[in-house]
Amino acid sequence: MSGTSTIPDPGLEDATRSEASLRRFLHGLPGVDQVGAEARAAGLGTRSIKTSAKEFALDLAIRMVDLTTLEGQDTPGKVRALASKAMRPDPADPSCPSVAAVCVYPDMVATVKDTLGAAGGASGVHVAAVATAFPSGRAALDVKLADTRDAVEAGADEIDMVIDRGAFLSGRYQQVFDEIVATKRACARPSGDDAHLKVILETGELQTYDNVRRASWLAMMAGADFIKTSTGKVQPAATLPVTMIMLEAVRDFREQTGQMVGVKPAGGIRTAKDAIKYLVTVNEVAGQDWLDPDWFRFGASTLLNDLLMQRTKMRTGRYSGPDYFTLD
Amino acid sequence: MGFEYAPAPESRSIVDIKPSYGLFVNGEFVDGHGKSFKTISPATEEVLAEVAEADESDVDAAVKAARRAYEKVWGPMPGRERAKYLYRIARIIQERSRELAVLESLDNGKPIKESRDVDVPTVAAHFFYYAGWADKLEYAGRGADPRPLGVAGQVIPWNFPLLMLAWKIAPALACGNTVVLKPAETTPLTALLFAEICQQADLPPGVVNIVTGAGATGQALVGHAGVDKVAFTGSTEVGKAIARAVAGTDKKVTLELGGKAANVVFDDAPLDQAVEGIVNGIFFNQGHVCCAGSRLLVQESVADELLAKLKRRMSTLRVGDPLDKNTDIGAINSAEQLAKIRDLSEIGESEGAGRWSPACDLPTTGFWFPPTLFTGVSQAHRIAREEIFGPVLSVLTFRTPSEAVEKANNTPYGLSAGVWTEKGSRILSMANQLRAGVVWANTFNKFDPTSPFGGFKESGYGREGGRHGLEAYLK
Repeated sequence: MSGTSTIPDPGLEDATRSEASLRRFLHGLPGVDQVGAEARAAGLGTRSIKTSAKEFALDLAIRMVDLTTLEGQDTPGKVRALASKAMRPDPADPSCPSVAAVCVYPDMVATVKDTLGAAGGASGVHVAAVATAFPSGRAALDVKLADTRDAVEAGADEIDMVIDRGAFLSGRYQQVFDEIVATKRACARPSGDDAHLKVILETGELQTYDNVRRASWLAMMAGADFIKTSTGKVQPAATLPVTMIMLEAVRDFREQTGQMVGVKPAGGIRTAKDAIKYLVTVNEVAGQDWLDPDWFRFGASTLLNDLLMQRTKMRTGRYSGPDYFTLD
Repeated sequence: MGFEYAPAPESRSIVDIKPSYGLFVNGEFVDGHGKSFKTISPATEEVLAEVAEADESDVDAAVKAARRAYEKVWGPMPGRERAKYLYRIARIIQERSRELAVLESLDNGKPIKESRDVDVPTVAAHFFYYAGWADKLEYAGRGADPRPLGVAGQVIPWNFPLLMLAWKIAPALACGNTVVLKPAETTPLTALLFAEICQQADLPPGVVNIVTGAGATGQALVGHAGVDKVAFTGSTEVGKAIARAVAGTDKKVTLELGGKAANVVFDDAPLDQAVEGIVNGIFFNQGHVCCAGSRLLVQESVADELLAKLKRRMSTLRVGDPLDKNTDIGAINSAEQLAKIRDLSEIGESEGAGRWSPACDLPTTGFWFPPTLFTGVSQAHRIAREEIFGPVLSVLTFRTPSEAVEKANNTPYGLSAGVWTEKGSRILSMANQLRAGVVWANTFNKFDPTSPFGGFKESGYGREGGRHGLEAYLK
């Protein structure tokens, strides 16, 4: 990933100057017609991806997975198992690529680092940590920032923060903006090797596509490296239309500022078939520049095994039972 | 390292095309007395089948069969019994939907995703809808005892061969009429498969008759003295000839003719969805749609932004094999139509409009035209006035709502229009002022059997669909 600038683009400086100008800008974005947006997403979902295109898509999807466990019951043992799987998703097939990252709570970052490091650290798998009082974001700003700094100090490469949906829904856009900017600063390291910031919008709580578009722009203007749909703790989590709206936002943002921002749907994507629909949407809405783990991720856990099963099926012509794939 | 979609062709083995087809008269396939003609796949120019041509004597036999069936069987039959046949036909259409879709795409050139997801489901829906009316006609607002007209002579176009058949046959049969239908010369095959479906449904002989042929066959049908009702969908030119031919007779007529619809985009429109609506409005079915949104009227303040988005979106359209499930734009239906589209596009260029198409590889055999837009078009350009009936969009701009209305209405046609704005009051005010049979708000090319469809001015008269559609077949 790149795009470490925390400074809003000069072209958008006016928009972020005050609460009032921020509101004017966000409310001036073109609206989203719900029926039309959902029809478009459904249309993209009917693309038929077969043979060589499917092989390409499955490998790409595996490389885009942020393999995630965010449970109160997580233990070092569980997290080590997950990290091992992230490096070698299919132990039976060395040609199978590793996933993009392992996503855990901050206190598990060190465990993941150790496991990746013990294997030589050459897998390229990143460590992502959720922070800022995930998943609700209901804490004082200094607590959220301390949470973030903890994760960064423990060695997280990527921070997945949540926005304050209460502030957003009550129209306090400046507060949401400032919190993202502050979290971005907390991602900084003296070495200059800053952690990348993914901003979770929790679209299931924002409810409308207009809100999703506004929140996307707000996060991008505040310096997000990635915008992410959901925590996975709220239903609905990622949906294809919501992801499409966010892909339109990053596409339009690059058009206006020249800066690329990544997109991460998370939660609810469980099958290879669904993942391929998302990749088609990336391809046709944002464009093929985003078809890269640096710019598009899937936040998922069960998805990975279905991708592996489909991949094996493509190679052998046979479906294998679930016991031929590792449980994490 | 691009994401290239591998070919995903729908199998054509599901449909069994016979080498030759006769006419469907009185419940049976019979030889025609005219010269037979070949129907081809416009995507490959491959001959699909040889089809009989009906001459005057064949048309006469069909009309007489329809008359007999009307007087002896179908006219006297209680509505609830007629409904059973229509429901049965609707269900068979659903059961054989894949077969119908593949055949439609082969014969017409339209992408399988449209024949599969739009045409055939809407055909079944139309039969289901009018089946429901068959025993409730006294509640249609046509008096306590509405009566059928008799024999309907119906002539349909090649752009939606099966759907236009459904629009014609379903209401006619529901109301107790019998029909003689002539499908278009270039797309007769799904109508002939529909004839088989009528046999499969045990529809009494003579209730539906299909006579294939070209213009002369249509003329013989429309001019036949035994026809009580003429229904035509097609070009304005032929529509006028039909109106002249039936003038002075007591035949009832409905005409659904050409269009040059305005798709009006205001500066407060949901732009990404407007782009989808524009694409759907003009590139759906290769633009072979009488209600196509062939004139884009965009407010000047968002014109650049909208056009940039539109061009980017057009670059993702996939032109090619109609049977490939990922094809967005199929083949132009005939060499003749392709020549017309080319001519008008060249005229557009020579009149000074800016022509643009995305880079796309067109197949070398068959009839193909890339999705095209013209910018800098004014009302004085021929491409803003004449129906091109192809994937060609003329882009005009406006400054104020009243200018938009003026330009949208400044056409001899009036079949449809689209309005894009997030402001509800503006939608209502535009809908009141636009002289078009259908006004879509924040969508385009949506069809539903419950909704009436028809034109103002040179787009024709009479309505099809909904309760209004019954009026055309009742007295």
